Amino acid sequence: MQDAIQKKQVKRPKNRLSYKGAWKDRLRKFVFGSKEKEGAGKQVVVYVLLISIGFVYLYPLLYMISKSFMTVSDLLDSSVQWLPTTGYIDNYKNAARAMNFWKTFKDSVIVAGIPTLINVVICATVGYGFARYNFPGKKVLMGLLIFSFIIPPQITMMPTYVFYTDLGIINSLKAFVIPAILGQGLKAQIFILIFWQFFRQVPQALIEAAKIDGAGHFKSFARISIPSAAPAILVVFLFSIVWYWNESYLTQLYVVGATGGSESTLSTLVVSLKTFESSYSAAASQSGGMMVSINENIKMAGTMLSILPLLIMYFVLQRQFVESVDRTGITGE
Amino acid sequence: MKKQKKVKPGRLKRRENMMGYVFILPWLLGLLGLVLFPFAESFKYSLNRIIINPVLGRVMEFRGLENYRNIFLEDPDFLVQLQGYLAQTILAVPVIVAFALIIAILLNGKIRMRGFFRLIFFLPVIIASGPVMSQLMDQGAASIPMMNVSMITGFFADYLPKVIANAVSNVFSNIIMLLWYSGVQILIFLAALQKIDSSLYEAAKIDGGSGWECFWKITMPTIKPMVLLNAVYTIIFMSNTDTNSIINLISQRMFSTSASAGGYGYASAMAWCYSVVVTLLVIVMAALLVGRKDIYERRAKKYRREQKKQQKLAKKFRRRGERNARRNTKKASKAA
Repeated sequence: MQDAIQKKQVKRPKNRLSYKGAWKDRLRKFVFGSKEKEGAGKQVVVYVLLISIGFVYLYPLLYMISKSFMTVSDLLDSSVQWLPTTGYIDNYKNAARAMNFWKTFKDSVIVAGIPTLINVVICATVGYGFARYNFPGKKVLMGLLIFSFIIPPQITMMPTYVFYTDLGIINSLKAFVIPAILGQGLKAQIFILIFWQFFRQVPQALIEAAKIDGAGHFKSFARISIPSAAPAILVVFLFSIVWYWNESYLTQLYVVGATGGSESTLSTLVVSLKTFESSYSAAASQSGGMMVSINENIKMAGTMLSILPLLIMYFVLQRQFVESVDRTGITGE
Repeated sequence: MKKQKKVKPGRLKRRENMMGYVFILPWLLGLLGLVLFPFAESFKYSLNRIIINPVLGRVMEFRGLENYRNIFLEDPDFLVQLQGYLAQTILAVPVIVAFALIIAILLNGKIRMRGFFRLIFFLPVIIASGPVMSQLMDQGAASIPMMNVSMITGFFADYLPKVIANAVSNVFSNIIMLLWYSGVQILIFLAALQKIDSSLYEAAKIDGGSGWECFWKITMPTIKPMVLLNAVYTIIFMSNTDTNSIINLISQRMFSTSASAGGYGYASAMAWCYSVVVTLLVIVMAALLVGRKDIYERRAKKYRREQKKQQKLAKKFRRRGERNARRNTKKASKAA
């Protein structure tokens, strides 16, 4: 064995151009890599792919930002591609006026925030119940949990709408709050499963120790399990708020209502983006010539405004978001 | 395999377990009131004509399967849009899953700034809501700028039937949107890839396996469940996004006052049809991905079959030998 290796080394000394065509071998090794080391060529390909795909990913966003700062003349000028000629922020001003930005923003925070808080509390409780106790019929109920996630919301939409109308909670925040209290908030099933996964990992000994010290069921839940589930709470909170924020179909149906847009009712940024054109023209006619008629740049500015709060949140809390999928245990432990 | 003896919980434990019901009580109520009840109710609706009367409120009139008949025979939009939806989903799901897998594998290698790239690829999950998407699609910001989309779509329009050609051109002209839909899938694949034991690869390398072989024989079998999970996730996601025209059609029909094609009953029937189609799609996808055994199982099966054959053969030979021996002894005794 030892001899064979030495022979090989003698035959082909490393880093030496002593045999014919050695530089070719070295070049090949450098570009394609060997078993021990990745080749530079492969690395270059990987980086080029990643960077170009990353650019494609960001392209709509960059496009949106660039367009939203352009004036109308920039839009028509074919020599202006990406960089606007002047720092022009009237698009944002007009879009914000049409969307009634600050009020809508406040509404969005309320519409996304309150159900989210309830979601976190209820899902944690239900997840704990599933994880800690082996009551009869648990498997069936877990099956029903999955089932309620899979059935398309369109099926239950009509009766639920009628039900809410009968209860008189339609077109108000209650239409989101009450389902959240009953553990049927937006994608609550996923959150219950996340908590279930988490609480299963809490060591039984801890809870038994608490029990010996005289803690009841609720105390050991609140004092032992909840603090240890902080990462899960964060994940659920973030995703719940993002999903509620981005939901426009159900928000429009249940909370905003068909009339929508008036001062008294709630309206979220995403929903107002959906009706942006009509609300813009209404605002423009009210302003009496103060606002220019709608163009693409203003639409882009409106879109940008509606996602800006989420973008800021994402860049502040990026780690928590990106690592969340690992933490949810969706890939199976 | 030894069967494990089940320990029956004692009475105290059982009583304690009843506390579980207390914890899940809110959800249980919600399940009954907001899932199972509407589920049954919606089926009832779909068999009725529901008229909103200003005096009497809702009036239900039993009409049997009339709603379903109208959807398939008279509604001008539903079938057309269903075809479009099917063609688009069937095309888009493999694109999204394959793309997510490629990105995940690229990210899984030894690269610098992995966190930064993950950040970019996950960004769309945060901002991709229906209205934002439709705004961007309207602007044409959803297609790759250097790609000549109209040429590609023109090419397909010449050779394929119209529904499929439309779907293909849709995929090409909104390709960035499809890529945007794959943020969660990338992370799921990435998490799965990072959990593969690296000693498997080392062992394969020592045995002389190339990267290509390692991919097909180690990586793919390990992350196969994730492929299924992602495919199902993608289907469900694509059927419930705001940009999907069918769900908008359903809510539009819900508030429509047309006599034969409107109202809650009609919309419920439509939702049921749609859900059945989506469920079928999921089942077909699952059957395609689950049914296939991986290479090891196939080999093991082949090996077992071969062994059985050999055992049979050995038995045959042994029997023949015994018979011959008996015959020989008989002959010998006769001769004696």
